[in-house]
Amino acid sequence: MLELHAGSLHVEAILASWYSSMKDKNYGAFIPFVGIVRDEDGIEGLSFDIYEPILNNWFNAWQAKAKAQNAYLLMAHSKGDVLNHTSSYIAAVVSPKRKVALKMINDFVEDFKANAPIWKYDIIEGKRVYAKERSTALQGHGLLKETHES
Amino acid sequence: MAKVEFLGPMARPSIEVDIQNLQELKTFFKHDAQLQEWLAICAVAVNDTLVCALDMPISSNDKISLLPPVCGG
Repeated sequence: MLELHAGSLHVEAILASWYSSMKDKNYGAFIPFVGIVRDEDGIEGLSFDIYEPILNNWFNAWQAKAKAQNAYLLMAHSKGDVLNHTSSYIAAVVSPKRKVALKMINDFVEDFKANAPIWKYDIIEGKRVYAKERSTALQGHGLLKETHES
Repeated sequence: MAKVEFLGPMARPSIEVDIQNLQELKTFFKHDAQLQEWLAICAVAVNDTLVCALDMPISSNDKISLLPPVCGG
């Protein structure tokens, strides 16, 4: 399950909804991760752009991987502005076995950071500043850059 | 004409180009100095799948997306 929301996530409602939908499905472990925007370097918050077609493909590939281990992934992410001390990202894994879910939540969040097509901006004095230094180039980057050979 | 879209912080309007493969798109962008800085760090997707080969054939209904470095969460 992948949910995209405008602005900050309503963490309590989302987690309650996920728990309610999963508790009767005989999963022994429900492991959520909640990302909260920190007040650092004078930012007022963060802002996000998302390219949904590739995000959906990326998430569906992970869901297939989870299914192969009898697990199931849930994720919610914000679009647009998210102010400090509110949440922009929730991921959760449910699984019959605790160890599978604990490993998967770590692997999933790490891969999310490196490969999900989402762009982050700091909000500084009301303006969006691309967080270029904290971003990771995707596989195959530089393909179209001019080279001396061509 | 194939469509080229510049995602996220690139903040450029989409364009349409008449090309047979990605090598021709690379040549098309050759003299755009401002874009070259982005191209060094951008990945390329054709019809929403990331690609790594310049000889990838492109047809008129294809969508090419340029994806700058990412940082979700």
